Amino acid sequence: MDPVKIIEIKKSVFEDNDADAGRLRKELKEKGVYLLNLMSSPGSGKTTTLIRTLNLLKDNLRIAVMEADIDSDVDAVKIKEATGIPSIQLHTGGMCHLDAEMTRQGLAGVEMDNLDLVVLENVGNLVCPAEFDTGACRNAMILSVPEGHDKPLKYPLMFSVCDVVVINKIDVLPYFDFDLDKCKEYIHMRNPKAQVIPICAKTGEGVEAFAQWILEEVKNWKQH
Amino acid sequence: MHELGIVFYIIRDVKKAAQEHGVEHVNAVVMNIGEVSTVVPEYLTDCWRWAADKEDVLRGCELKCNILPAVTTCNACGKEYPTVQHGIRCPYCGSEDTVLKCGNEVEIKELEV
Repeated sequence: MDPVKIIEIKKSVFEDNDADAGRLRKELKEKGVYLLNLMSSPGSGKTTTLIRTLNLLKDNLRIAVMEADIDSDVDAVKIKEATGIPSIQLHTGGMCHLDAEMTRQGLAGVEMDNLDLVVLENVGNLVCPAEFDTGACRNAMILSVPEGHDKPLKYPLMFSVCDVVVINKIDVLPYFDFDLDKCKEYIHMRNPKAQVIPICAKTGEGVEAFAQWILEEVKNWKQH
Repeated sequence: MHELGIVFYIIRDVKKAAQEHGVEHVNAVVMNIGEVSTVVPEYLTDCWRWAADKEDVLRGCELKCNILPAVTTCNACGKEYPTVQHGIRCPYCGSEDTVLKCGNEVEIKELEV
């Protein structure tokens, strides 16, 4: 039998994706297009929040939405009907996250040159999307009150990669043991720079603050 | 739950390396998996078997996982402690100002050919 030969590799599995994501971010910068990666658990109200927020922004910005799901196109249809904003559905084919290459393919499906803002609604999941850099300019996540204020302790990576955390469904705060101050404290333990914006997507409370945050971000991205 | 996606990344990298080294068949791939990498080694090897057998260069190839311990450093007192046991709170001084030193690796270490 031949002796075993060893080829040393010593390479992180995420290395290629991270490099590709960096290239994509640079391309977006050159084109002046701001890509926001929106993440959350299933059922946190991502799509409802988006509809409210985009309706506030659509007169000021040229926007497109990419909806990533394992299957179906219900979210893309809902966004298009409720906002009139072009929205495409990306199917991940069973994968639990999007990577930079899939994001790039999605961007080829929207007319990027005529846009200011592209929102990528990632697969509903707090684990995997945090590990794969999509090439987005910023990461945002939505945490809803029924999920509990201890989520930042259970999913530390997700909270450490997010620049803004939107806390949704604050209208049901009286019915849940959700401690907003504790939640903010846990988020800042993982990421001291994260902005926290409490909202209710159903009534619209607080949504303006999130829209304002996005508007400022897009402006800064285009200027610098 | 994301192990299949990671397996696809491993296969892509291993095939590339095999081609660069002119290797026709890889017998084993050795991985370094950190304790807090969120990768479950059993799921990874299950997904590996299914996907690797579809590739000529990897048919029957074994995936070996070295598990690397997770260690956290405390910024307050400077001591190090095992992450899995104590989490983010330093067992020596109680501070939560701590950083993960190692243990989140998902790395291809080497190929046996």
